[in-house]
Amino acid sequence: MIDFEFEPQTQKRIELFHTVAEQMMRPISREYDEREHEKPWDFLNAMWAASTAPGGDPMGGGDASGQGGVKLRNVYTVATTEELCWGDAGLFLSIPNAGLGGAAVMAAGSPAQKQRFLAPFRSGKPKWGAMAITEPGCGSDSAAITTTAARDGDHWVLNGNKIFCTSGLMAAEKSEGFVVVWATVDKSAGRAGIKPFVVEHGTPGMSVVRVEKKLGIRVSDTAAIVFDNCRVPVDHLLGSAEVKRDGRGFKDVMATFDATRPIVAAMAIGVGRAALDFVREFLAGQKVEIRYGLSTRRLSAVERDVMEMEVQLKAARLLTWRAAWMLDMGMRNSLEASMAKAKAGLAVTLITQKAVELLGPLGFSRRYLVEKWMRDAKINDIFEGTQQINMIIVARRILDYSSKELN
Amino acid sequence: MLSFELSEEQQMIRDSVGAFAREQIRPAARPADESGEIPVALVAQAWQLGLVQGPIPESLGGNGDTRLATTGAIIAEELAWGDLSIAAHVLAPRLLAFPVLEMGTEEQRQRHLKRFTGADFAAATAALMEPRWDFDPTAMTTVARRDGNSFVLDGAKCVVPLAAASDTILVWAASANYDRVDGYLVARETPGLSIGEREKNMGLKGLATFEVELKGCRLGHEARLGGEAGADFRRAMSQSRVAMAAMGVGVAHAAFDYARDYAKERKAFGVPIATKQAVAFMLADMAIEVDAARLLVWEAAWHLDCGEDAHKESYLARSYVAASAVKVTDNAVQVLGGHGYIREHPVEMWLRNARGFSALEGLATV
Repeated sequence: MIDFEFEPQTQKRIELFHTVAEQMMRPISREYDEREHEKPWDFLNAMWAASTAPGGDPMGGGDASGQGGVKLRNVYTVATTEELCWGDAGLFLSIPNAGLGGAAVMAAGSPAQKQRFLAPFRSGKPKWGAMAITEPGCGSDSAAITTTAARDGDHWVLNGNKIFCTSGLMAAEKSEGFVVVWATVDKSAGRAGIKPFVVEHGTPGMSVVRVEKKLGIRVSDTAAIVFDNCRVPVDHLLGSAEVKRDGRGFKDVMATFDATRPIVAAMAIGVGRAALDFVREFLAGQKVEIRYGLSTRRLSAVERDVMEMEVQLKAARLLTWRAAWMLDMGMRNSLEASMAKAKAGLAVTLITQKAVELLGPLGFSRRYLVEKWMRDAKINDIFEGTQQINMIIVARRILDYSSKELN
Repeated sequence: MLSFELSEEQQMIRDSVGAFAREQIRPAARPADESGEIPVALVAQAWQLGLVQGPIPESLGGNGDTRLATTGAIIAEELAWGDLSIAAHVLAPRLLAFPVLEMGTEEQRQRHLKRFTGADFAAATAALMEPRWDFDPTAMTTVARRDGNSFVLDGAKCVVPLAAASDTILVWAASANYDRVDGYLVARETPGLSIGEREKNMGLKGLATFEVELKGCRLGHEARLGGEAGADFRRAMSQSRVAMAAMGVGVAHAAFDYARDYAKERKAFGVPIATKQAVAFMLADMAIEVDAARLLVWEAAWHLDCGEDAHKESYLARSYVAASAVKVTDNAVQVLGGHGYIREHPVEMWLRNARGFSALEGLATV
């Protein structure tokens, strides 16, 4: 039966997370955007304490299995992600948790590996997990990865350069975390040879060489990491070492994206909603009424803009909920996840740009957060698969084409 | 709990209405567009689906089915996938039947619903739009003045489907001081009511629509929908918008399906044009728009089913679909190129229909 109401536990959490966003994130949002690479430790420690407390959940990431009563966990994750990103998307990405590295472990790891690598995230000091796929020479084309993993006795030896690694600095050097590195064990095997390896913090041979300066989400560190004869034990390879010509290894990367794309879409929606709420409140203060129900021919341009922002945001949100819900129902959702991500990334990019335009010089000013939201929003149209990559995935699925037939 | 799954019953309805749209309606779409006529036999067949009589209570001779806006939206989309004109024609009796069912007095229900419970199609309609560029349901110029024990209606309506064939027309009109809008059940032979020539429109050419003029049209007090209490026009508008939006999704979906299949068949430079990103991305965008539009419609319908007036939700869903249906059908013409412009393919018809449909209101309800 079609239903658009969350389960009560999820609804309660949404309200709690909204309070966190409003009272803990918004007040420091501007400050840490300006400070760029500094970490808001009070906030991060508070989030970590909340997530490791009995009954706590990993604020803004990873596995919500701590939430006993929640049936639709992916829905729960996207709904709460939207709230936190309404607060601040950069701070959201900075929250200590297993992050995308954790998602990879969940998707590709054995039960023992899940237990071993994820258990430390439930106690002790704040920790971060990260994922390293992108290289200087390949982004969307993940199959072109050149980082190598060579077997040497009981170890794998990693060599290569990784970039654009979210929370890479925190995961590799500033906490007892880990980085999941994608590397090829057999270049001649193409995609099938690409495997994920867990590299724990401080492993010799892994070093963060740069933290990027970015357009937005400035508080979140985006690291460049070099692997120079970095040795990890054999059991740090997630899943099977066997190179199957059917491309299984690479499909694990894709399985990760099926779960994470709706989350990125939800991030975008949170930022877009922040901008829309601000514009709406601002206009209300100026006594500009938004008259729903009127013939569109009688609406002002501003009314049309605001309604368009609102309905685009809503369309993106419904696609996102659907993609998450399918995952919860055990359905294959690659198509729907990419639809949600493509729609949300672009819609929110345009919504936040429109918000700046509607407020004129006030939108452009750093006095308000609107310009920051426009900068923050843009990343959602790029990471976890650019707009174009998601469109190509959608196109392949609806046309029933392989990557060879449509590329 | 959040769910995007249809109930078993809805699934069954979607399958059967979908099959009817595919097998019966679609083949009749182009001939109806060219001739302006919808075959009587097809309309009779559609009547057998119980789309109008279904929710009428058993005590009045109906099937007594639960009426849900979500189910109504599913039906409207499926029928419109087949053809908008035919869908609007076979659903037109709902325009009178459903408001009477939901908002009418007991006497009105007794008097007006029985005609829909027979074996044959019973034409009925409602008049909402007015022939002005800035027509707005919140600023209606057709007025019902109270005069003693009667109401006197003055004004002009347009795009009233099946007006010439309907015994009774539900006319939406503002009160004399413009503070509310109500429905009035007007018999066709009422003095002062005149039905114009059949309208000639850009699209929806199979659907017979008319201008209706009301000049000092005097009605008994019992003609006002809902009696003294009147009707909930806001809710009725939301129901109409959800239905119109659902039908817009149907035509967009039809255009997407057709363009996708064509692009996989049609070759250029030795390969199917769908293998070219310029075309593939258009199709991907169309697919996303169709799904997004449908979800917005479902959500608005769900609010109605929760008993809310769904004013904002239905309005936004409708405005989204109005834009996306035009965009998707236009893209479909573009994917077919010159062939899309030729009347041999249906996409040009869908573009005309979507454009018209997106500028109109009040042609359907759930």
